[in-house]
Amino acid sequence: MSGVLTFRQRGRKLLALRETSIVVVAVVLFAYFSTANANFLSGANLQTLSQFVAPPAIIACGEIFLLICGEIDLSVGQVFALAPFIMAFADKAGAGLLGGFIAAMIVSAVIGLINGVITVLLRVSSFITTLGTLFLINGFTLTISRGFPINTPGGDTIAGIFGAGGYSEFLWALLIIIIMHIVLRHRRWGLHTIAVGGNLTGATEAGINAAKIKIGNFMLTSVLGGITGILEAFRIGSTDPLAGGTNIMFLAVAAGVIGGTSLMGGSGTIIGGLIGAIVLGVLQDGFTLQGINAFTFDMIIGAAILIAMIANIHVGRLNRGGRS
Amino acid sequence: MSETTGREALRATDITKNFGSITALSGISLHVSKGEVLGILGDNGAGKSTLMKIITGFHQPSSGQLHVGGEAVSLASVDHARSLGIECVYQDLALVNTLPIYHNMFLNRELRTRFGMLDHRAMRRRAAEALEDIGVHVPSVDEEVAMLSGGQRQAIAIARAVYSDAKILLLDEPLAAMGAREAGLIIDLIQRQRARGDISIIMIMHNYAQTLEIADRVMMMQHGTVTFEGAAKETSVEALLEIVRREYRAMRAR
Repeated sequence: MSGVLTFRQRGRKLLALRETSIVVVAVVLFAYFSTANANFLSGANLQTLSQFVAPPAIIACGEIFLLICGEIDLSVGQVFALAPFIMAFADKAGAGLLGGFIAAMIVSAVIGLINGVITVLLRVSSFITTLGTLFLINGFTLTISRGFPINTPGGDTIAGIFGAGGYSEFLWALLIIIIMHIVLRHRRWGLHTIAVGGNLTGATEAGINAAKIKIGNFMLTSVLGGITGILEAFRIGSTDPLAGGTNIMFLAVAAGVIGGTSLMGGSGTIIGGLIGAIVLGVLQDGFTLQGINAFTFDMIIGAAILIAMIANIHVGRLNRGGRS
Repeated sequence: MSETTGREALRATDITKNFGSITALSGISLHVSKGEVLGILGDNGAGKSTLMKIITGFHQPSSGQLHVGGEAVSLASVDHARSLGIECVYQDLALVNTLPIYHNMFLNRELRTRFGMLDHRAMRRRAAEALEDIGVHVPSVDEEVAMLSGGQRQAIAIARAVYSDAKILLLDEPLAAMGAREAGLIIDLIQRQRARGDISIIMIMHNYAQTLEIADRVMMMQHGTVTFEGAAKETSVEALLEIVRREYRAMRAR
């Protein structure tokens, strides 16, 4: 009968969940590194791990919303670098730290708005739009900073709350992840994001304003990039024009994709993105402890993304009884 | 068909539509009553889609008049037509494959709790009730639409239109690309809606035999005009084909 799921159906549903396979991968990696290196589970290392995980996890929330509605933002890593400069300069100009933060958020949102308007209303593919703004923002940040890092403003207390204190950055990430998960699963915005990416014509026929959804998600991603940049600036104590960049952006996209978000649009989960970011963080941190160098790490990340994608597509199809 | 069909739901009088110098419709008239199924047949380019788009408010006619429920209207937009109870189900275009059935049933008409949260529980329950009421059987309303067959998807799309209180239901090729068993399910579904007596159905069709089986009345369109209109019972596939042949001969002679 329709409506009620049997116990067995629920079990099948759990297996079919895209996150299940990646959770298994995360657990296996944790088990491996904790036996291979006694320091892996030490308090100090777990804290370091949390700092690896938090930035891509926050940005992944935005990229996941964008990927679900059929778009991508390549420029978010440059917003990451620009936002703390806006905050610092506005603070220096007398707006105060809070005023500076608000200014940074407004600038980030406007960049998202520009990305969205060019993509949706002027019909340039988001890949190209954000490739253009990537260079624009990068050049702008280098110009206003003259290419030199500065000290992040604010005292120790503020820095401690916003990123520097042990797990504070990770707690901010968790808060953002919980909010974004609720928006995706339990608000119309999230549902309509899925509908727009899953069937643009059908969603539009149902009366959903696809342009509003897409532009909104570009703004969301940019703002999350700005917030992450500011958290990292507080944590490190210095505001660097070369921080973030394409590295953090690709880590965020990879976290989403490893966590089961479809590059074709229409499906994805925030929790999957968090687990994807944890897997990438564990790999990075674990191999650093093992003494494996950064070049090898990139090869491992590349292979991990490929394996995760192949598993996602084919395990998903097996669970659907062969239908793609 | 029955005594309940006397009340007129939609009337189009002398509709023409030009796109620049091209005449898509030259003086089409049609009417459909409550509880009646009208089948529209015709080749590609006959003007069926243009006529549908005029009835759904997507296009505005160049001249002619529409009456909905006896009142003269000029449909400004799809939303306007929808507010008058005119719903169209397009071929396999309407549903979001990556969402479960119940979200598709309530797409952009979501039920929400007091705090603006999606009321998944209420939507699941009411979607299941509505589907049962309409006579569509699915294993679970939690099933993703991608997992359903073409016939089941079409049934969900029709059920959604019916559930949203459609008075005039337009179906664009409802049996296209379907096996006999699947088509049988949709035919049953259409006939159950007719039996309710308060809904009018206009179907665009290709298959003559299926059209005569389901429809009360058949209308044939060729090059923007109506070449035949009559009760399905009083005509046959052969008679309809003869009209098509005659038109072709006339066209070639020109």
